[in-house]
Amino acid sequence: MTARGTTRRPPRLSLESWWLGVAPLGFLAVFFAWPTTALIARGLGDAVGSALPWSRMADAALTTLTLSSLGMVLTLAIGLPAAWALFRRRWPGARFATALATVPFVLPTIVVATAFRALTRGTVLADTKSGMLATIVAAFVFFNVAVVVRVVGPVWAQLDDRQFWAARTLGASSFRAAMNVHLPALTPAIVAAGATVWLFCSSSFGVVIVLGGGSVATIDTEIWLQANRFLDLGAAAFLGIAQILVVTSTLLIASLLRGRLRGNGLARGATQAKRPSGPRGVVAIATALTPALLVFAVPLSALVWRSVRTRHGIGFDYYARLFDGQPLAGVASSAASAAGRSLTIAVVTATVATTLALAVALVATRRRRGGWLHIGVLLPLGVSSVVVGLGSLLTLTRRLPGGFSLVDANLLVPAAHIVVALPLAATVIAPALRAVDPRLRAAAATLGASPLRVFAHVEWPLIRRSVAMAAGIAAAVSLGEFGATTFLVRPGAPTLPTLIFHLLGRPGAENLGMAFAACVLLAGMTLAVAMVSDNPRAGRMMT
Amino acid sequence: MTTHDGGAGLTLHGVGVRYGDVVAVAGANLTVDVGEIVAVTGPSGGGKSSLLSAIAGIVAYTGRIAWNDEDLASVPVHRRGVGLVFQDGQLFPHRSVARNIEFGLEMAKVPAARRREVVTELLDLVGLAGLGDRAPTDLSGGQRQRVALARSLAVAPRVLLLDEPLSSLDASLRDRLGAEMRDILKARGTTTILVTHDEAEAELIATRVVRIDAGTLQQL
Repeated sequence: MTARGTTRRPPRLSLESWWLGVAPLGFLAVFFAWPTTALIARGLGDAVGSALPWSRMADAALTTLTLSSLGMVLTLAIGLPAAWALFRRRWPGARFATALATVPFVLPTIVVATAFRALTRGTVLADTKSGMLATIVAAFVFFNVAVVVRVVGPVWAQLDDRQFWAARTLGASSFRAAMNVHLPALTPAIVAAGATVWLFCSSSFGVVIVLGGGSVATIDTEIWLQANRFLDLGAAAFLGIAQILVVTSTLLIASLLRGRLRGNGLARGATQAKRPSGPRGVVAIATALTPALLVFAVPLSALVWRSVRTRHGIGFDYYARLFDGQPLAGVASSAASAAGRSLTIAVVTATVATTLALAVALVATRRRRGGWLHIGVLLPLGVSSVVVGLGSLLTLTRRLPGGFSLVDANLLVPAAHIVVALPLAATVIAPALRAVDPRLRAAAATLGASPLRVFAHVEWPLIRRSVAMAAGIAAAVSLGEFGATTFLVRPGAPTLPTLIFHLLGRPGAENLGMAFAACVLLAGMTLAVAMVSDNPRAGRMMT
Repeated sequence: MTTHDGGAGLTLHGVGVRYGDVVAVAGANLTVDVGEIVAVTGPSGGGKSSLLSAIAGIVAYTGRIAWNDEDLASVPVHRRGVGLVFQDGQLFPHRSVARNIEFGLEMAKVPAARRREVVTELLDLVGLAGLGDRAPTDLSGGQRQRVALARSLAVAPRVLLLDEPLSSLDASLRDRLGAEMRDILKARGTTTILVTHDEAEAELIATRVVRIDAGTLQQL
């Protein structure tokens, strides 16, 4: 006797209905898919009649490729020794230093760019094109060393040493054994880190627009220039297509490489970090960390230093001016109200993005075809924020028949921030939810817990730390978001990053000093959010 | 082989479970009287756990599963009145031992004072008196299984399902805890289905043993 052909649907144990996916899917359809599709259509339609010279476009594409490649190579050159010192060697303070190494990654692009501006101001680096290019690459390194350390370090730490020693006993020198045993095992992680760095560099709009001084043009800055200065939305949209192609082909090449490299990793074991042997070992660690340390510390010190060095000596005059409530020239908004606006938008972004991400994670980890929803949510990662901003500008600024407009309701900027933050939030929450054993839910259900109560009493307590972390990441992303915001922000209602950009573009030491002070403020806000959400107690506060 | 629908206790008639194209259980017939302890043995992958999951209602199944002749098909897991003890306990890691045991009573909205009484009584019954404030992670494997048993017994399930409850323990502990379990279940008259690959364990605890192999039940 065989089972009958029709099998009923599996019963629900927790919140896992497909309709949970409707909200995130609907949101992405309106605020991401429609704008991006409209942008592509517009770009293709206007390509022929566009006034954009091909040479200009080729130049932007070439600059993007060159800068990203240089940024990737240099970041790996500085990040790999740092990963070795932090993960292969055991020394007092190594864990603290590892935590500290992630900080630059959280800092808003506008802050980092302005810090480098504070450093190079008045030097040859700020006046020549090659100097600007060098500064831009240095800023790329600043951001992305953390990516290399975080992606490669843990793999390196767990490489089994026995094959290395096997090679040594077979007559290989220490260097040759490392090249033949460790390097092949590390290659997939290095490729993954390199691709991620390349991606971040190629869509790093804020750094290039601030440090390029109008003479360095990448695809992203050219989009901004065409849309905002020359008011040629068709040309901007056409460039947007180019940017989408650059990003997606990077992701494609990276995943192809990773697929080919998979399988020749060494067996993983416990951490293999060793104490440094003697003074030479200590010197090696110091040498490996110094470049990364210099890249971080020097520009940040310059930023803080310039923010307190006024005409009358050391003082907090620029900070005081941020909070004197006076509207600043050209933006009709005070710095304090811009900071308040940024905070409000960050709270809205964190709340909505985290809620939608939780819904995505529930569907993605529970329903058989839910994985597709997760992939859909990750799509915005494949588009630079400038493209998100331009797409929204082309579509979502229209007034609805009832007179309702997203612009008037101040919803356009938060919506773009949510699009950018949602993939990151979902990436944090989904693994936490997947880690809850399905049998734990079954145990709760057999004890009489309804699906809603299984979620509330069993799953939520186990994932709330990750949810808090996702909220923190979303808030930090929103506080620093610059690329999309520049397209969508209303005159008279700037966010803190766009206000800083405005101040940087105005003449006078006063404006520049205030920009530096505002950057320190923004960095402080972002770090505070990141620290609170990463605190073990943060999750508990949410219940 | 005869099956009789109706009557007291749990009846399975032509129960099948499949995952995609893989048939885990096919046409299983089984009757368990009230208070009986039935062991289902067989090789791993033979469909034992899938059978329990069907009775608990956590996988989709075909055929009929009934309690006192009432079809359970439309009864969701949390209203079936079944208890389920897994091989590795599956205690809630964020709750203390006592709060694990009282989980089902909380769900049934039993007042706190009564919950405390039941918890004390059950901790005593499974030999863990005084350990209510411990975290599950601070317990040994044997202690965790005792808590899992107490947690299921707290809600007085109509049927208790034990899925390899002793398999993660070492041999001497297995024999001792097995005997204790049998005594507890008999004393409380709990209708029980025990799934195990260990014939000796089945003989020790159960009043009746059936075999399942390649998805088919064979009454002995």
